[in-house]
Amino acid sequence: MALTGVEIFKLLPKTNCKKCGFPTCLAFAMQLAARKVSLDACPDVSDAAKATLGEASAPPVRPITLGTGTKAVKLGEETVLFRHEKKFVNPCVFAIGIKDTYDDVTVDKKIDECLTSEIERVGQKLKVDAIAIINDSGDKAKFEALAKKVASKAGDVPAIICTGNTDAAAVALAQFKDKKALLYGATMANVTEMAGIAKGNGAALGVAASNLDELQDLTEKAKGAGIEDIVMDSGAKKAKDILEHNTLLRRAAIKKGNKSVGFPTINFMMRDDNLLETLMVGLGIAKYSSIVVLSSAEKWKNLVTFTLRQNIYTDPQVPMQVAQNIYEIGAPAPNSPLIVTTNFSLTYFIVAGEVENSKVPTWLAVMDCEGLSVLTAWAAGKFTAGKIAAFIKESGVEDKISNKELIIPGYVAILSGALEEKLEGWKITVGPREANAIPTYLKSKTA
Amino acid sequence: MAFTPPKETYTGKVYPVTIGSGDKAVTFGGENVLPFHSFEGSTPNRPVIAYEIMDVPPTDWPDKVKEPYAAVSDDPVKWAKFCEQDLKAKAIALRLYGTHPDSGNKSADDAVKVVKDVLAAISVPLIIIGSNHAEKDTDVLVKVSEAAKGNTCVIGKAQEANYKTIAASAMANGHMLIAMSELDINLSKQLNIMITQLGFTKEKIIIDPMCSALGYGLEYTYTVMERIRLTALTLNDATMQQPMLGDVGMYVWKIKEVTASEDILPEWGALTERGVAWEAQTAASLLLSGAELLIMRHPEAVRAVDAFIDELV
Repeated sequence: MALTGVEIFKLLPKTNCKKCGFPTCLAFAMQLAARKVSLDACPDVSDAAKATLGEASAPPVRPITLGTGTKAVKLGEETVLFRHEKKFVNPCVFAIGIKDTYDDVTVDKKIDECLTSEIERVGQKLKVDAIAIINDSGDKAKFEALAKKVASKAGDVPAIICTGNTDAAAVALAQFKDKKALLYGATMANVTEMAGIAKGNGAALGVAASNLDELQDLTEKAKGAGIEDIVMDSGAKKAKDILEHNTLLRRAAIKKGNKSVGFPTINFMMRDDNLLETLMVGLGIAKYSSIVVLSSAEKWKNLVTFTLRQNIYTDPQVPMQVAQNIYEIGAPAPNSPLIVTTNFSLTYFIVAGEVENSKVPTWLAVMDCEGLSVLTAWAAGKFTAGKIAAFIKESGVEDKISNKELIIPGYVAILSGALEEKLEGWKITVGPREANAIPTYLKSKTA
Repeated sequence: MAFTPPKETYTGKVYPVTIGSGDKAVTFGGENVLPFHSFEGSTPNRPVIAYEIMDVPPTDWPDKVKEPYAAVSDDPVKWAKFCEQDLKAKAIALRLYGTHPDSGNKSADDAVKVVKDVLAAISVPLIIIGSNHAEKDTDVLVKVSEAAKGNTCVIGKAQEANYKTIAASAMANGHMLIAMSELDINLSKQLNIMITQLGFTKEKIIIDPMCSALGYGLEYTYTVMERIRLTALTLNDATMQQPMLGDVGMYVWKIKEVTASEDILPEWGALTERGVAWEAQTAASLLLSGAELLIMRHPEAVRAVDAFIDELV
C-alpha cells in the first residue's frame, strides 16, 4: 500500500544534502509520495529503505508489456478509479478473437481485419492491438496449426494464447517464444504447469477463475510459481458481473493496496449481437478492462470503439488539440467563405460540424492556440490580432482564395479593427458568437 | 484466501422521479450507489429511454434515422402512436423544433395544439422540449406547460437565461423540469440552486449537464456526470441529487461520422451500422457515467441500449 510523504521521509537519510534536486529530504519524500520523482534520485538511500520503498512505490496495478517491437502494447499501471482524478494510463487493449474451429477463409479475414485496422483520428493512430488465438476445438493439432498461421501472417502482433489444455498451450505458445505473448487459461487444476510453460516461453500468464476468491488464490499460486506478469479473468461474463468485478478489483488494488489483485484484467466481450458486443467493448473501456477480446473488427465498429477509447483515455487536464491547418470543408472554391478559430479539439469539432451542417463549402483556418477555446485563448493572449494576422499570412491561404475576407468568432469582435490594420487589403467580418448560429449565418452570407 | 471486496457505502442518494400517470407512468433514479452498482446498494429503477419525435418533419435528420419514421413523421400524432404501439416506447420526447425562429417559427399556439393532440393519442409519459431558442422557449414552454396540466410531463429545457418563467409554469402545472447548463458541475449546481430558490421542488428537477456525441466532447459530458453523481453520493449534496438526462439523438445525428458515406471515407466502414452504433455507444457511455433518462432516435440503437441495460441489471 502506498506510503505517505512522512512515512517515506522516515526511511530517507535525512541529511538534506540536496543531491536529489530538492531542498530537503521531506520535500523529496512528498514528491515520492505523489509519484512525481523516482527514488533513484537519492544517491544515499540504504538498501533496506530501497526495498521497502520500492515495494510501496510500485504502481498499484502492475505494468505489463505484451509483444515486442513497434507493435508492443502496455497494460496496467493505473492509479485512479475516475478519470477526473488523473489520466487513465494505458488504454484498454483490443484483441480480436480467432477460434481454431473457424474455416481458413474466416481465419484469414480476421487476421486481415486486425492488420488493416489502423486509422488516424485527431492526430493519433488507433488500431486493433492483439490477436487472441482460442482453442475452441479442444484439439491440440488444430490449435497448433492456427497458432502457426497467425505467427506466419501476423507474427509481430502481440498474441494471446487461450487454452486450458497444457499440451495445446505448449505447442501453440512455442510459435511466439520470447515475443512476450500472453498465455491465458491457468486454472486451479493446471496453474503450476501453465506457469512453467509461460516462463519457458517468456510469456505473461493469464489466470481464469470462476469467482473473486478463486482469482486471488490463483494469482498467489502463479506468483508462487515464479510468475510476475499476470493478467486476471475473474470469470465474469455478464455486463453486471464484469462491472462489479472490475470495479472491486481496481478498488482493492488502488485503495486497499491488495497486491494479490494488482494486475491488469482481461474480459471476453463476444456476443451474437454485434451491436451489443460494441457496447460491451464500451463497458470495458469505461470500467477498467485492460484487455477486451472481440469476435470481429469491422471498420464501423472500430471507428466507434477507437473513438470511445481515445475519449476516455485523454488527459482531463490537457486539452485535446487538432493540428494547425487550413481545413477544407465541403469542396471550397476560391470565393468560398474563410473562417478562423482556435485548435481546441472541441472547438474544432463543433465549428467544423456546424459548417458541415450548413452545406456551404468553407475554408476553416484552425490556429494553434495550445488547445484553448476562443475566449480563453484570447484572454491568454494567444488569439490576438497580431498572431492571427501572422498565421493567416504564413498559412498560404491567400493563394487559394479570391476575396480576402476573414470571418472571426463573434466573441472576439473586439479584434476586428486591429486585424484590419495588420492584414492589409483584407476585410474582417465578425461572425456568430456561438457555433450553432453558423449554418444560418453561412447560408445567408452565400445566398 | 478469501478476497475482501472493498465495498463503498454512500451517504447520499439520487431522487426517484416518476413521470406520466396511470399504469404507464415510469420512475427512474432512486439509487444510492454509482450507476449499476447493485452489488453494494439499492438500484430500484431501470434507466428510461424516450423516443424523440418532432412537431415538424425531420428534414435535417440523416436518411438512416429518417427512414424508420418515413410513413409517420409528417404528423406528430401518427409519429407518437407509432413509437408507443410499434416500437413499444416507454416514454416519448416531443421536440418543438418548428417553433425556432430559424426553422419555421411556429407559434406557441401551434405548439399547444401539437402537445394536446399528442397527449390525447398516447398513454406513455411525454417529455416536452423547446427549440433551444432561449427567448422563444419562454413563450412556447409556458403555454404548452399549461396545456399539458395534469399529465405530469417533463418540461425543458430551463437554462440560466430563461429558467424563471419556465420553472414557474412547470411548477404551477405539476410538471418535472429539465435544468440545462453547459458542461460544468458548478454551473449545474448553481442553476439547481437558483431554480429551487424560486420555490421549485428540488425532487422535480432533472439535470441536463449538456450532452455531447462520442468523439465530439463525450468525455466532458461523461466526466461532468460522474462528478455530479459522486458529489450527490459521497458528499450528500442535496443540490446535486437529481437524476440526469442524456439528450443523445440530437447531438449524434448531425456529425460527420453518421452522415459521411463509405464511398468518401472507406476507412470508416459501412454507414448503415456506423450511425446506429454511434448513437448507441454515446448513450451507453452516458448510462455508465450516471444518466437515468435518455432521449434517442434510432429504434435499432434503442434496442441495443436496452439489451445492454438488460445485462447490467
